[in-house]
Order: sequence, then structure tokens, then C-alpha cells
Amino acid sequence: MANYRLKKGYDIRIAGEAEKFIERAPLPESVGLYPADFYGMTPKPLVEGGERVKVGTPLWRDKRRESLVVTSPVSGTVAEVRRGERRVLGAVVIRTDGKQHVATTAAPPPKRVSSSARGDIIGALCAAGLFPLVRQRPFGTIADPQATPRDIFVTAMDTAPLAPDQGLIIKNHQREFQRGIDVLAVLTPGKVHLCADGGPGGDSLFDGVKNVEHHRFAGPHPAGNVGVHIHHVSPIRGAGDIVWHCTVQGVILIGRFFIAGAPSFEVTAAVAGPAAARRRYVEVLAGAEISSFAGASDAFPSARFISGNVLTGRNAGADGFLGFGDNLVTIIPETKKSVFLGWLSPGFSLESFSGSFVSRLMPRRRFAIDTNRNGSVRAFVATGIYERLLPMDILPLFLLKSILAGDIEEMEKLGILDVTPEDFALCEYACPSKTDIQRILRDGIDLVLKEARERE
Amino acid sequence: MKPPGKMRSAFEKGGRLERFWPLVDAAETFFFRLPVRTAGGAHIRDAYDLKRMMMIVVVALFPSMIFGTYNVGYQFYASAGISADHIACMLKGLTVIIPLYVVTFAVGGAWEVFFALIRGEEINEGFFVTGALIPLVMPPAIPLWQLALAVSFGVVLGKELFGGTGMNIFNPALVSRAFLFFAYPKSISGAGVWTLTGDRVVDAYTMATPLHLGIEPKGDIITHLSANGFDFWRMFTGLEPGSIGETSVIAILIGALILIITGVGSWRIIVSVFAGGAVVALVCNAFAPSPASILALPAHYHFVMGGFAFGAVFMATDPVSAAGTNSGKYVYGFLIGALTVMVRTLNPAYPEGMMLAILFMNLFAPLIDYTVVQLNMKRRVRRAAG
Repeated sequence: MANYRLKKGYDIRIAGEAEKFIERAPLPESVGLYPADFYGMTPKPLVEGGERVKVGTPLWRDKRRESLVVTSPVSGTVAEVRRGERRVLGAVVIRTDGKQHVATTAAPPPKRVSSSARGDIIGALCAAGLFPLVRQRPFGTIADPQATPRDIFVTAMDTAPLAPDQGLIIKNHQREFQRGIDVLAVLTPGKVHLCADGGPGGDSLFDGVKNVEHHRFAGPHPAGNVGVHIHHVSPIRGAGDIVWHCTVQGVILIGRFFIAGAPSFEVTAAVAGPAAARRRYVEVLAGAEISSFAGASDAFPSARFISGNVLTGRNAGADGFLGFGDNLVTIIPETKKSVFLGWLSPGFSLESFSGSFVSRLMPRRRFAIDTNRNGSVRAFVATGIYERLLPMDILPLFLLKSILAGDIEEMEKLGILDVTPEDFALCEYACPSKTDIQRILRDGIDLVLKEARERE
Repeated sequence: MKPPGKMRSAFEKGGRLERFWPLVDAAETFFFRLPVRTAGGAHIRDAYDLKRMMMIVVVALFPSMIFGTYNVGYQFYASAGISADHIACMLKGLTVIIPLYVVTFAVGGAWEVFFALIRGEEINEGFFVTGALIPLVMPPAIPLWQLALAVSFGVVLGKELFGGTGMNIFNPALVSRAFLFFAYPKSISGAGVWTLTGDRVVDAYTMATPLHLGIEPKGDIITHLSANGFDFWRMFTGLEPGSIGETSVIAILIGALILIITGVGSWRIIVSVFAGGAVVALVCNAFAPSPASILALPAHYHFVMGGFAFGAVFMATDPVSAAGTNSGKYVYGFLIGALTVMVRTLNPAYPEGMMLAILFMNLFAPLIDYTVVQLNMKRRVRRAAG
């Protein structure tokens, strides 16, 4: 076992952690899936409004890799196939029938999990719509079923603000988790690295997991990001050096599929945030209507519903859906009031990474942070703040500048293959110029990915 | 406070006075923390922004400002041989400082507004710091029209021509001072300009700054300085002639503490400027032909004389014109300190090296960063290969 102690980073002091008990959520009336949650896929819809679907019925497939499909987590009727600009698929919404019939599949999971069955395993995962649980570096796309990854990383920790406790997610699913690990181990000629929390709050439930190489990471956010783990354990060597990764929840779903023989999309998700009512964990279907299991507290008439965490999540709206692969719904108050001479205030109740507010002296205090941008957009200033928030051997400001300049060669040399926007989310939070850093990074990754795919 | 709806809409896009929107916007963002919501990316943002950062620098300058005001009055009465109380010194100082600030902010602010209107951009708060700095690096007797010219030069050529705050390569406040130094050298160099004097100057009063006295000392340099009233502690506390804000090292250190605790100023730069100065001073000491040479001046004297401390804390740390990489900051700071002492000791024709050393290193900051970036790339390639 290797231990990594990271100093750089920051834990945002936001209030509203979920209480540690799990409740079963009712079956939602509708379920929605967003293609935007599947980065790297170009969706081609396979269903139309009004069509009947079952659990595991393909909803859309990838244009590039036809075996890659996203399937329905419920049985019911397709209520809506939403299109966005230029008719790009925006979302597929399904009205549930409460029966949860499972679609018959031509590719059931093989009984024996061994390296000779690698092709069958991938085929079964693809057909069931579970393969998109596996992601790929560089670029952070949905994994390519035709690739052979050097290693697979399993992220058994989450340091993001108000992140769900991974120990609670695995608690009742240890057998499924181990089975999932055994399945993943077959997919790579290399190792399965299990990266868990090595801090005081770390969970011992992961200690007994077999068939993996154990790593322990301790430190503030983003110490739990898979990009940071890969960077420290064995970094990406080039655009063709492929590493897959998967969350604890993903491994559990894969394991469950191989135990039960049929796909199930039930996940454990936390309901958290300063504006959330009934903060707790729920067992719920991926893509479930958020309003079916989470709501804003009455004290906050105007709240933002985020699927995921406050740094990288999607603004789902009160009538939105839990994102595929998300284990967290965060509800925060929308900002409303102007504050007279707000930038002069001593800042007893303002959260900041900088040392320029009195709140710095209250490290244990938690703040009901709202959606205020807290300032106007300005030019980049080399304040040295990004450097203190990125625990990698990367010069963040210069990487960002190379992206703005559109210089692909420079971007690769400065480490764009090591990162995804989530690794820079904390820099975006703390940026005094209010730059949209994740957007810049996304543009850079889009550009490099496009070029890499053209070279294929 | 907030412009009422109808009036405000005339300034908005499509309104009659659309062109003047940056003015309304500046007023609003100045007086209010507006409820602008995050859209895309992170849903929450740090309470810290550039405006806050600028204000912290201004707050850190307050001790130097207040002491400088007092010292202007104190030196005025001292030169006239009048013993005045603290309040009188302060009041006299205010009569000098207030016009300087009024001119600086009026001229600089007008340029900022002018460029913001031309570009149709928001008005930047960057001038807060530049404006607060400029009077502090001026001699108290500077003619106001020269100050106005210097401010214009600093803001327009030092900053706006490069694209505004964040884009400039030189520190605009230093550009202002450099302009005066080359355009009106009589107002800002020599031994006689550092005290505001009345009609009468008593013999007992030393007009020259310690730096000037150090050029051609009679006998041992330290004895010579203290014979003229400039012992180490007097220069440390700051009751001496000089640029308005630079004399008191105590006030500057309070500012440095504020900058470092809040993380606004880079401790790496501040520490390495002093380190660079100390190293070169030690080398000079070793080669000093006699204790009467300025080469024999110990490092801690360099630190309290002239603008060394002020430059290290408030000028070298300007994040826009300094090196941007952490390791680059050590090199950048070290060379500023080293160059300053070198200019002071090896080229005594111009006894103050701080301003030119910082401007010179501003020019080299991108090169330092470039080297650091190249080394980082090489290290990354090696690591990926191994």
C-alpha cells in the first residue's frame, strides 16, 4: 500500500452536509437522461416519443462506436425526446409504469469472469448500458470499448464540497463491489488501482478489497479526484496512453449486473446543501426526477438544484433529473440581495480561500454559500492562487494561457492530458478575476481530443 | 444610490446613453455587491475578487500614508527650525498630501474612464492601487502639473496602451516616477528636493537624504551618516527627508505583514528582494577599499535607506508585472535586490537604484517565467518517459 499526503488544495467551508442514514426513495414518476453527462459520445437517438421501453432498452447509441449505448433505467413510455440547438439530442425523458420490466438482451454477462471472456464481458456491459460507467483518460471521455487500458483506477473517495461518504455507498454492497473489481481486473493487462481516503475520516471498508493495488490519499480537495490519483500513481504518458477509471458506485452496478444477470440502475445518492430540506442519503434510480426525493427548505424560496457537487455539477432546475453517474444532489440558495459596499465588509459570514476576510479565523464555521458570483469578470492576474489549489506538477496559469492561444503542442507539454475541468474547478471557485476556468479547459480538451480522433 | 429604473434603462444596451454604461456600471459595482448569479461552471464563487485584493493593498499602504503625511510636516518645521507639535505636523502634511492625491485621482481616474468608454468595458479598479502609490513615491515638493503629467504618462503609456489592468508589463506607478526622473530630473533627483521647505532653512537641518550623504562620505561611512543625524534607528522609524511614503520602515513592515497574511503580496518576492540585497551588500563589504567607501555600507543600512523597503513590499510584488511562477518569483525578487544594491554602490552618480531595478526586472519577468515553464515541460517529459 502506498500513501500520498497532499498539501495543496482547499476544503470549501459550505454548510449542509447530508446526515448519515439511508432511506429508500419512491419510484419516480419520470426519469431523464442527458447526453451531456456522457462526454465524448455523439448521440444518435434510438427511440421516439410514445415508444415503450424496459430496463436496459437502448435509448441512444454513439455515432463513432456503435456498440456503445445508453439504456433506460426504468420501464415505461418515452415521454419526450428533447432536442437542443442544431437538433442535438438534449435529453430523453421516460414516464415510468411502476413495473420495472427488464429487456431481454442478446449479450448476457458470462458466468465465468476470466481473461478469455474479456470480449464477452465488454459486449455484455455495452449491451446493458453499463459500459458508460467506465471513463477514460486522457480527456475524461466515456471509455472506448475497443481500447485496451494500461491500468484501471477506482476512486473510493470524494473530497468535493458536501460529497457523499463513499463508505456509506459501499456499506451494503461489499459483495457487489468485489465482484465488480474482479470484472474490471479482466479488462486490463495492467493493475486495478484502488485509491481510498487515507485521512482521519477514511473508511476501513475498502481495506479488505482483493485483486487491487491499494493507495491512500490524504489532503484537502481535490485530493479525491481521479486525475490527481493518476498523476501521482502513474501519470499519462501521451495521447495514446489509455487509463480507465470508475467510481465506487459504478463498480457496484457492474458487480450487481454480473451477480444478478440483469442490469439495475439503483444508486445511493446524498441530498445536501445549505438550502436542502431533509438532508440524507437515498437509494434512488439513476436519472430520477430530483423532486421525487429532494426539496428545498421553506426558508429558501429561491434555490438552485444541482445534480453533482457545487463545483462541477449541473444546474438541473427543480424539475430536473439526477445525472447519470451522480451520487449527490446539492441545493443552494440563489442570491438575491445587493449588499451596500459589500466588498468592504470585514466578512464574518463570507467564505473565502484568501486570507482577506475575518472568516479566515473561523476554520470550523460552515457557511450558507449562495450563487453570487461575488465580483465582476476581469483579466487574468497572476495572483499565485491557482498554484496553491492544484496538487499536480502543472503550471495552471500557463496551461490556461496555452489553451487560450489554441496551441495544442504547448497544451500537451504543459499537461493537458493529465487533467479534466473538474481538477481546475477549485481554481475557478477561488479565481479573483471570476474567470470561467472549467470552460477554458473544456475548450482545450475538446480541441486536443478532436485532433487525436482525426489522427486515428 | 442605485440609479432608478427609468434613468438606468437609458444607459442600458439600446438606450440613448448606452455609450456611458461603464460609468453606471462602475458606480453600481463600487457601491454594491450585486446579486449577479453564477452561470455555468462552478455554482459558488469565493467572496474574494480583484476589487477586494486592490483594497487590501490600499489598506496596507495606510500606515505609510499616515506616517508620510506626518513626516512631511515634521520635516517642514524642522527645516525652518520651528518646534511644532504632532497635530501641527499632521495638518501641514495634509495640506501637501491632499492636493497630490486629488490631482492623481482626478487625472488618473479621468484616463481610466476615458479608456473604459472607448473600449465599452467596465471600469477597472486597478487604478486604486496605482493612484494610492504614486504620491507616496514623489518628493513632497513636486509641482502639481508635473505630477499630473507623470500620472498621465504612467496610466496611458504604462498601462492602457497594453490593454489595461492585467496586461501591462511595467508597474504603472513606477513608470510615472521614471517619467519624472527623465523628463524633470531637477524635481526628483539631487539633494535638495526631498523636504518641503518654507522661506527659511536653518543650518542645522540636513536637506540631503542618507543616500546622498553616502556617496562621498568623510571618514567611516556609518559615523558620517550618524554625524548628520542619520543613525540606523532614525532611518528605521523614518523621520528623515525622502519620498513621501518610503521613509518609515516600520510603517512599511506593517503593510508587508498585511499583504503577506492576506496572501495579496507574494512573500517569496519580498523575502528574496531582501536576500538579493543582502548577498550583494556582503560581497561589496568584502571588497570595500576602506570603511569610508559606500561599498562598506552594511546590508541592514541599505534596507532602511531610500526606497528599498517600500519597493520590495509594494512595487516588486505587483502581481501583473512580476514573474508569475513561484520559482520565478525567487529569481525575480533576488535580482531586484541585487541590482538595487549594485546600482547604489557601483554607480553612485545615481544613488537610488530601486526604481530602475524593478522596471528592469519587470522587463525580464516574462523571460524568467519562460525558463521556468521550459524546465517544467522537460521535467514532465522525463517523468512520463521514466
